[in-house]
Amino acid sequence: MLAYIIRRMLYAIPILIGVNLITFALFFVVNTPEDIARMQLGAKRVTPEAIEKWKGEHGYDKPLLYNAAANGTDKISDTIFFDKSVRLFVFDFGNADDGRSIGHEISTRMWPSLALALPTFLIGLLFNVTIALLMAFFRATYLDFWGVVLCVAMMSISGLFYIIGGQYLISKLWNLVPISGFSGGFDAFKFLALPVAVGVIGGVGSGARWYRSFFLEEMGKDYVRTARAKGLSENVVMFRHVLQNAMIPILTGVVVVIPTLFMGSLISESFFGIPGLGSYTIDAIQAQDFAIVRAMVFMGSVLYIAGLLLTDISYTLVDPRIRLE
Amino acid sequence: MTMPVLLLTDALILLLLAGVVGYFYFVSRRPQMRATWMRVTESPSGMAALVVLFAYLVVGLLDSVHYRPVLEAKDPKAATVYSVEVLSLLDVLASPLRERQERTYSAPFDTRAYSKETIEIPGTDGAPGKQVREFPRLQFGGVHLALESERDRDILVTALRGFSLAFALWLALAALLSAVLARGSAISSSETMRRIWRGETRVPWSAVLIMLGLLLAIGGPVITLCTRYHVLGTDKVGQDVMYLALKSIRTGLVIGTLTTLVLLPLAVVAGVTAGYFRGWVDDVVQYVYTTLNSIPGVLLIAASVLLMQVYIDTHPDLFPTSVQRADLRLLFLCIILGLTSWTGLARLLRGEVLKLREFEYVQAAQAFGVGHSRIISRHILPNVMHVVLISLVLDFSGLVLAEAVLSYVGVGVDPSMTSFGTMINAARLEMGREPMVWWSLAAAFVFMFVLVLAANLFADSVRDAFDPRIRVRGPAMQKG
Repeated sequence: MLAYIIRRMLYAIPILIGVNLITFALFFVVNTPEDIARMQLGAKRVTPEAIEKWKGEHGYDKPLLYNAAANGTDKISDTIFFDKSVRLFVFDFGNADDGRSIGHEISTRMWPSLALALPTFLIGLLFNVTIALLMAFFRATYLDFWGVVLCVAMMSISGLFYIIGGQYLISKLWNLVPISGFSGGFDAFKFLALPVAVGVIGGVGSGARWYRSFFLEEMGKDYVRTARAKGLSENVVMFRHVLQNAMIPILTGVVVVIPTLFMGSLISESFFGIPGLGSYTIDAIQAQDFAIVRAMVFMGSVLYIAGLLLTDISYTLVDPRIRLE
Repeated sequence: MTMPVLLLTDALILLLLAGVVGYFYFVSRRPQMRATWMRVTESPSGMAALVVLFAYLVVGLLDSVHYRPVLEAKDPKAATVYSVEVLSLLDVLASPLRERQERTYSAPFDTRAYSKETIEIPGTDGAPGKQVREFPRLQFGGVHLALESERDRDILVTALRGFSLAFALWLALAALLSAVLARGSAISSSETMRRIWRGETRVPWSAVLIMLGLLLAIGGPVITLCTRYHVLGTDKVGQDVMYLALKSIRTGLVIGTLTTLVLLPLAVVAGVTAGYFRGWVDDVVQYVYTTLNSIPGVLLIAASVLLMQVYIDTHPDLFPTSVQRADLRLLFLCIILGLTSWTGLARLLRGEVLKLREFEYVQAAQAFGVGHSRIISRHILPNVMHVVLISLVLDFSGLVLAEAVLSYVGVGVDPSMTSFGTMINAARLEMGREPMVWWSLAAAFVFMFVLVLAANLFADSVRDAFDPRIRVRGPAMQKG
């Protein structure tokens, strides 16, 4: 087991190198630092001096991959690639274009993100599985039929409408919770209630329908027929046999997203003014701050790979047939 | 004469359309594929959805034929000058909507503007004029009315006229359909009509006719009303919201369809070769898609779009008109979406091919010394087509929804291009106004919801027909 985990972690290294190369190529080769500087400085008539100055301030004035002018190991390390990309491996994110440390921002903004994403994820999962189970239990009845119709209708609505509608109804019309904002401590509850509710409701359509198909597939299997033939009641079949076995694909499917919860939700955070990583990323995209975008890309990849690893481990935990070699 | 303009996306849409037509020609000559597609046509919800999708497609295609009109020259001998404005056939058909631009917001069907303005009333007989604050009359909306109190009656009359025209058209279409169906069979066309209504036809024509009737019942009155009122109100700069919603359709369709043009070859080549050859090819493909997958999708798209933005900004001379620039940006967005979203399909295909290559007929072909390319094209590809097809139709609605989110983030289509995303984005600020401007958001919501819902329903019926797992299940499972 331990050997497997170590091997998987080693396997993550080439993937992270690949991610790094892609982002490096996107940010420095396709568009040179000159282009970025020109865009940052705005106007079309920028002097070459201003560009050089900007590049110097932000550390873009080095050669891309190989510094022929430097000595010894500096030939490799005194380059943009080493400075901006290799350092990400030790989670040294450097500074944003406004001079603030990205690492510090990430460590403080992570918690509001998590405070929103974790409840949304847990409540949503519970909600979706319950509804899916109900629909599967009442399969091929009107309840199931209209449930599926409702699910299809709900998943056809853009998430933006749920947010705008929720804000309008709950906050503006009924004045129940503030429209947006965030604060620490117990006050956070009133700011988080609406985003969490909107997130859960927005995800029910696709989630419940997706899990329903898992349950139905499981119910078509031979062991379920055997259980019924033994004379077990439908309740026991549903909750003891089907539910437990259908949880295997469901659990392993959701484990992969758990680490990425740290990244927060881009849309929801920026609509509700929650100072998490999602709104940080959106602000960076809109301000065209490439340093932050690069750092977030790297963070996201690390967390996704961690999620893949967790998925494999969770397989062995919930399904005793699987042994990791 | 006008100058036709073939935008890049127009050309690709035509190509795609030709591909679809070619595919169905191919299908029609193969009995087993035809049988599967026939199952799609047996689903009432799928057929009703197809009618709606077809209506959207017509609007989108009309909006994909572009030209530059000739500017009227004062000197008849001078060389013809073309306007820099690129118009489409839809613009011509909807010119009552396009040209009747108000100054600013006005509510649906309103005859007056939505906010008060200071109006100068000229004094009579030399007396000084005075200024009043009031809601000014619109320049176009309901301007034909002598008395504004007649508005409701006028709306009703106009709507009824449109409705009766639509109803007549619908009756004609229904009669035509039953005549066509009755042709060549012993049953009379009135008997065919009766069978359609009782739902006794194999293809659920009753669902098609009901949906068509519903569309016409809404469309007919709207069309007649559009020439006199702003049915969905006007936006901040006074443009008719109905026009904006119609223009958004093409953007949504382009993103939903052209992305697949990029995604398909990548996913099929990568997935099939990885599954078929295994070994190092499989390792490389798996590495590439795990790497791409591990980068958060929105961020990868955002990064690529930002960089494309830099490119467009630094090469302004490449684009003669702003429409062409916006179009290139749309195309780039499709390419980027395609490059970031082929991994899911590739993974599915790889798994499917891994199973297929162990089948006896493939091993028999290998034993006979048939080449790899022939085995892939004759034995593997036809048997994974259902996976490709299902995932393509399922992806469509997701892509339309993704466009709205990306435009909100600021990495979507060009701001000058109307799309559902830009409409929602603008409407978000209008919701905060007092009194609230709700009609842009409502229009975007309705148009987008209907499109995505129809796409989802159609995708479901395609999946039900093509997924081999669903067929083997008991009849009780198939319901819903």
